[in-house]
Amino acid sequence: MFTNQALEQESGALQDQVSYGAVTQLTDEVDTKTYVNVQEDIKPRVPQGAWIVHMERISVHQDQTAFAELFGHFAPRVKAFLMKNGADSGLAEECTQEVMATLWTKAHMFDPTRASVATWIFTIARNRTIDAIRKQRRPEPEDLEWGPTEEPDQADAMAIQEESEQLARAISELPEKQRILIERAYYGDLSHSEIAAETGLPLGTIKSRIRLALERLRHAMG
Amino acid sequence: MDTVKHKIEHHLSDELLMAYSAGTLPEAFSLVVATHISICDTCRARMYEFDAVGGAVLDDAEEMSLSDGALEATLKLISERPKDPIKTQLVAKPAPSVFPKPLQDYVGGDLEKVKWRKIGNGVRQAILPTSKDASVRLLHIPAGCELPDHGHRGTELTLVLQGAFLDEDERFARGDIEIANEDLHHTPIADIGEDCICLAATDAPLKFNQLIPRVAQPFLRI
Repeated sequence: MFTNQALEQESGALQDQVSYGAVTQLTDEVDTKTYVNVQEDIKPRVPQGAWIVHMERISVHQDQTAFAELFGHFAPRVKAFLMKNGADSGLAEECTQEVMATLWTKAHMFDPTRASVATWIFTIARNRTIDAIRKQRRPEPEDLEWGPTEEPDQADAMAIQEESEQLARAISELPEKQRILIERAYYGDLSHSEIAAETGLPLGTIKSRIRLALERLRHAMG
Repeated sequence: MDTVKHKIEHHLSDELLMAYSAGTLPEAFSLVVATHISICDTCRARMYEFDAVGGAVLDDAEEMSLSDGALEATLKLISERPKDPIKTQLVAKPAPSVFPKPLQDYVGGDLEKVKWRKIGNGVRQAILPTSKDASVRLLHIPAGCELPDHGHRGTELTLVLQGAFLDEDERFARGDIEIANEDLHHTPIADIGEDCICLAATDAPLKFNQLIPRVAQPFLRI
């Protein structure tokens, strides 16, 4: 419903580009420095489904080899995420170790029918950020599931992991200006109005770019 | 309170859900979002989607190398942590309540635990303790009564927990959320039939147009 409106705003904003072109360029420089886009041909993505087995090895067998492999992949990403959220190197290192330790101790709570391992780790890292960096509480929604938990359904788990990969592809295929705004929103470094102040982009343009990005993602996810 | 489940028609915006998922909302707003999600399956599913975007962004992020021995330090941390007790499989289903769990955590129980204070016109409120970047309170409005006439300087979220209110042509009942910003100058009225209880958060002090409420504002911490 809002797509047309957003498109109009976006094209209007494009026409206006002359007026803030210089500022945009400046921002793009900053963006490429801060947010290096990992090209898929340089670093092949590890299929999300592969990590589920690691989680099972950790929760059922306390398998340190599986943990070391997960650590090798995710810990450097979690540390980068925490630093983008304002932690200095020391605090980020400390929090990363805590996040990874939580992954071990709560491994039995991981539900592959609800999220990918990357998503689950993201939520742990995000909560640690709110607690350790923003020093706030995070109210969580009431849990849906009550009563005996069933064995996770294999087909459901596969579907979720496939969707995660599809989503990752869709994000990497977004137009760069949209993709950068989505990333910045999740790095949590700036609110929309702060991005507006920093880049000189009108708030409406930022909001409509994010709307367009979400529209594209929804379309890609069918 | 209604035993028939009301079909929620007013949902969270993408902007709010995305910021909640990214972990950048003020605590007061997060409480309203978490309370809404607790009773709205649609927005719960959307929250999972936004978390998945966060997972994809994290998985595709640049890496920040950890110090030597970080893995060993993490394993040591794990060995020192008390074992997370495996939850007993049978969890008692909570008794039906007016307040979902995240809100109960702030109130210290359900409706009967609220420490109300009168603010005039029969309206009562209870301010809940959160971080100072925004505030959140419970409002009790007698059936058929108006909320004091007010405009907004920031964003205001109003979530209905009992009864309903009417604003312009729209009706908001249990689970419905109204998102208002500077542009909206409104006068919500509690629907007849039942007193209305709402959870309202704002990131700016409310601005009352009537003389007496304005004078009273600093004392009542609105």
